[in-house]
Amino acid sequence: MDAIILQILNGLDKGSAYALIALGLTLIFGTLGVVNFAHGALFMIGAFCAVTLSRLLSLSHKVEIPGAVDFLGNPQMRDVPYIYEIFGENLGATIIDWAVPLSILFAIPVMILIGVIMERGLIKHFYKRPHADQILVTFGLAIVLQEIIKYYYGANPIPTPAPSAFVGSFDFGALIGFDPGTIIYPYWRLVYFAFAAVIIGAVFAFLQFTTFGMVVRAGMADRETVGLLGINIDKRFTIMFGLAAAVAGLAGVMYTPINSPNYHMGMDFLVLSFVVVVVGGMGSLPGAVLAGFLLGILESFASMREVIDIIPGINQVIIYLVAIIILLTRPRGLMGRKGVMED
Amino acid sequence: MSKGNLTRRGVLKTGAVAGAGLALPTYLSAAGHEGFTNAPTGSTVTLGFNVPQSGPYADEGADELRAYELAVEHLNGEGDGGMLNTFSSKALDGTGILGKKVEYVTGDTQTKSDAARASAKSMIEKDGAIMITGGSSSGVAVAVQALCQEAGVIFMAGLTHSNDTTGKDKRANGFRHFFNSYMSGAALAPVLAANYGTDRKAYHLTADYNWGYTTEEAVRSSTEAMGWETVGSVLTPLTQTDFSSYITPVLQSDADVLVLNHYGGNMVNSLTNAVQFGLRDRVVNGKNFEIVVPLYSRLMAKGAGANVKGIFGSTNWHWSLQDEGSKAFVQSFGTKYGFPPSQAAHTCYVQALLYADAVQRAGSFAPCAVVEALEGFEFDGMGNGPTLYRAEDHQCFKDVLVVKGKENPTSEFDLLEVVEVTPVDQVTYAPDHPQFAGGALGTCNNGA
Amino acid sequence: MFGLDKKDASLLLIVTALVAFAPFLLNPFPEGSAMAQFNAGYPDLMQRFVIFGIFAIGFNILFGLTGYLSFGHAAFLGVGSYAAVWMFKLLSMNVLPAIILAVIVAGIFALIIGYVSLRRSGIYFSILTLAFAQMSFALAYSVLTPITGGETGLQLALDDPRIFGSATTAEGNIPVPGFFGLEMRDSTELVLGNWVFTFSVGYYFAAIIMLLSFYLSIRIFRSPFGMMLRAVKSNQQRLNYTGLNPRPYTLAAFVISGMYAGLAGGLMASMDPLAGAERMFWTASGEVVLMTILGGVGTLIGPVLGAGLIKYMENIISKINSDILHSWFAFLPDGLEDLVVTLIYPFIGKGWHLTLGIVFMLVVIFLPGGLVQGGQKIAGLFGRKKAQEPKNATTEPAE
Repeated sequence: MDAIILQILNGLDKGSAYALIALGLTLIFGTLGVVNFAHGALFMIGAFCAVTLSRLLSLSHKVEIPGAVDFLGNPQMRDVPYIYEIFGENLGATIIDWAVPLSILFAIPVMILIGVIMERGLIKHFYKRPHADQILVTFGLAIVLQEIIKYYYGANPIPTPAPSAFVGSFDFGALIGFDPGTIIYPYWRLVYFAFAAVIIGAVFAFLQFTTFGMVVRAGMADRETVGLLGINIDKRFTIMFGLAAAVAGLAGVMYTPINSPNYHMGMDFLVLSFVVVVVGGMGSLPGAVLAGFLLGILESFASMREVIDIIPGINQVIIYLVAIIILLTRPRGLMGRKGVMED
Repeated sequence: MSKGNLTRRGVLKTGAVAGAGLALPTYLSAAGHEGFTNAPTGSTVTLGFNVPQSGPYADEGADELRAYELAVEHLNGEGDGGMLNTFSSKALDGTGILGKKVEYVTGDTQTKSDAARASAKSMIEKDGAIMITGGSSSGVAVAVQALCQEAGVIFMAGLTHSNDTTGKDKRANGFRHFFNSYMSGAALAPVLAANYGTDRKAYHLTADYNWGYTTEEAVRSSTEAMGWETVGSVLTPLTQTDFSSYITPVLQSDADVLVLNHYGGNMVNSLTNAVQFGLRDRVVNGKNFEIVVPLYSRLMAKGAGANVKGIFGSTNWHWSLQDEGSKAFVQSFGTKYGFPPSQAAHTCYVQALLYADAVQRAGSFAPCAVVEALEGFEFDGMGNGPTLYRAEDHQCFKDVLVVKGKENPTSEFDLLEVVEVTPVDQVTYAPDHPQFAGGALGTCNNGA
Repeated sequence: MFGLDKKDASLLLIVTALVAFAPFLLNPFPEGSAMAQFNAGYPDLMQRFVIFGIFAIGFNILFGLTGYLSFGHAAFLGVGSYAAVWMFKLLSMNVLPAIILAVIVAGIFALIIGYVSLRRSGIYFSILTLAFAQMSFALAYSVLTPITGGETGLQLALDDPRIFGSATTAEGNIPVPGFFGLEMRDSTELVLGNWVFTFSVGYYFAAIIMLLSFYLSIRIFRSPFGMMLRAVKSNQQRLNYTGLNPRPYTLAAFVISGMYAGLAGGLMASMDPLAGAERMFWTASGEVVLMTILGGVGTLIGPVLGAGLIKYMENIISKINSDILHSWFAFLPDGLEDLVVTLIYPFIGKGWHLTLGIVFMLVVIFLPGGLVQGGQKIAGLFGRKKAQEPKNATTEPAE
């Protein structure tokens, strides 16, 4: 029982990452009709916003440590962040410690800016081009973006820990009557789940309850008619692209303490998030979220020893197997509309 | 053999002489002028450095390339000579190899066996490389080693840790200086027993491919010999990034040690996740829960950040060693690049020097002569104490380091501390050991 | 000629000539000169050009004609290479049975996957094929290691139970794949002054097969069957209304294109007897999509050009290192030399991916029809009427 609860938690946690990426992907696809292979790269850039900010905060100058020598026999240097001198050692250390949450504030404008530049500079010219061209150009862009990141940050993962207040685990089981220590879950993963829920809720509310959202939804349904009504849909679509980029970026920022970011993390997620979007049904936002959580949970259960012992290798293929089964039984995924991306 | 595998440079020279002043085409079948592939005929000799430049191991590959460039400098008599001054064999004199200036070509393995072979082939066919070296994974090492055997050039493996490289996939033209899974297990087990006791219950998470299998087998058999019990073992996909669903079942088991048979990005992520789940703060069976990482690399440890603190593992070499060879190498590498070398850089540098020395001693670049010079070669002064290149399987036997993540690092390179230098006798095994069963060395191939 | 109209026949002749003289065309720079770095006329790369050409030609039969975008085509290539290597291990080192089996096995595999995947269209079809290919990769890399060799790939060994032919050569080495005694890696060289041209048996063997495949693909494009496939692409619904069931046609196209991939896989194993699981990873499937789009979807020669360009960049650009750059620009004053090298350095060697990404973007932004369109534009500049297929208007030497 406790094992199953833990795997559901794992699944929800994994699912929230999938759902956040798939949500942005669907937003772009649903509003603009563009298959964006650079979406994984946006997630990765979000993560590197966190890396960048924590590096900026810990910019330091070198101070000689008296008496100590480094491996070449030169005087050993110690890094003293400038921020210590501005805010004092205690507050300075706290600010650096909280670099990841602070990066949210840093990442939102950066990501919106990147999204808008991408849409205005490149994607705009591909609305009327075949999907294959969109795939090629965004894939090319994804490679360029990740190579730029690799050039500046190297290929190795870069540890970006959560604030020390969030280190450690929450004893979940003790709350609901299990023995202490059996169902524990890391604080930061719970934060990630809550964060994803808030973002997903905010996006839905935004589309559902604002005039802007209404126009965008109308544009998703029938772009031409909305244009004929004299509404400048292009401008709104640009904003939507920026928004989708921000969602992907924030998913990346918050993901950094869970796994150290590296330059190819976007590609790792890209294929998976496309499977999620398609299983959910092209163009359906609730479908994307639902499929994200579903695949996350199934993936978690498939990695249990008891399951692998029965079907060896199931943990390797579960996501794809489920995708095949769902697509064969439900032609347009879980909640897809007829006629979208079927030709 | 066939009349294939040409010697481009050889042909070029002969052709240039034959065709001098003649407008007529000169047809040549390159049937072994010198008797072996790519025999160097001019005043230079070309080595092929085939390292990962793209993909997840690109940083390791970049460090390997730095080491090779340093080795070429030293072989050509530039720089401070590095380990040439401490190497027990004094055949090399800084005038290149057999008086020929060393040149090199580079390529990208992409850590894919296909791409690595394509790159190695272009070095052999296009650039006339006489020896191929480098790489950062066993899959690539095994694939390129087989290619070099077929083409008739020498392969000096870079970082490859799987037993198979000098086990079931060994080849006569291939040599490995790096240590292997068996040695990791044999070196780690006594240290683990001394620190954690002999009645431990271990749970293995293992990367689901060849290297993972051999490493789990090695660690398992040597820890079980110490009295440990293995209570669980799960294979994890190579492409896995979030290991949470593999970690939580550990909480339910009665295991008190977690062994992570992972490398590279897998290791960084699984270790980070395991620490996140508070495994290190747990107390099971009245003992502190412990994590073990059989194969450590400083570059990867850096990716896992503070999570490596206090965690045991093994490594081939570490820059903080205080023997003369290591000091000389760290000094010249650090002076040139500003930071200490990684174990991948060390093994590649040593491999390049060992090859050059073997050619020098053999007096010939012919692969079979080099093989003969390297087989059973004993040397010292290269950072790992007295070392033997065993003739039976072309594996180096030397001391193995057991290391621990440092609690209070003084710099970003100072992440591991050497706990014990396991003497070579303890990690030596018979060539027909079951973990290395199958396969045959075959005979050396000179190619054309 | 050969049942082709005049235009197709001349295209075939031009391609034949390009392929036959590739060892010259791809080695335009003299040995030892600074530009020799850009020579691509060595056996391994030339073999790759034609083999990936076959792969892309086959992919284009499916994608170019029917519009079905398969994202898992590399699986057939991988399965073909495994079949071929197993043939070498068990039967004989002759490449003929290996290639035949590779094509058959890939065909059967394609039949099964195609039968299931073609129940859906559009992106749903793409994801189904992707899912099958990723499953093949994941299993081949891990649990199927006894059959596939896993991480290290399937290789020949000294103790293979080969039925026809010996397990080892007289010298104690593993025998080499051959075609009735003609070893694939044999080659001769022609030296003309400072130029060295290599003629490899393996290359010409693969090239002949590539020309046959190319001829077959022209025939398919021009046949009633090809027309039917184009009809599927332009409007499947209308086709349904006329009472025709398009499924058998699309399935046939899928299987044919899978067999082309199997053929490419079998040839790869014949040139270099090793089959690795990475061949089936999604990036490998993506690569053939990129080759086709880059060259020009639905054109006859486009996919071959795209394959050539990508393989050229992968093998040539990645090998340029800073030392080579310095030697190129050594004639400049010191400061300027360093500046030029610093500017170029991010794009070569380990940065070859960056160059590749930029090329993708430039081609697709400025040449929506791929390289073929570029060729047409250049042809147009020289005042010739716009041809449907480019004749000799390609600037790339990558046949």
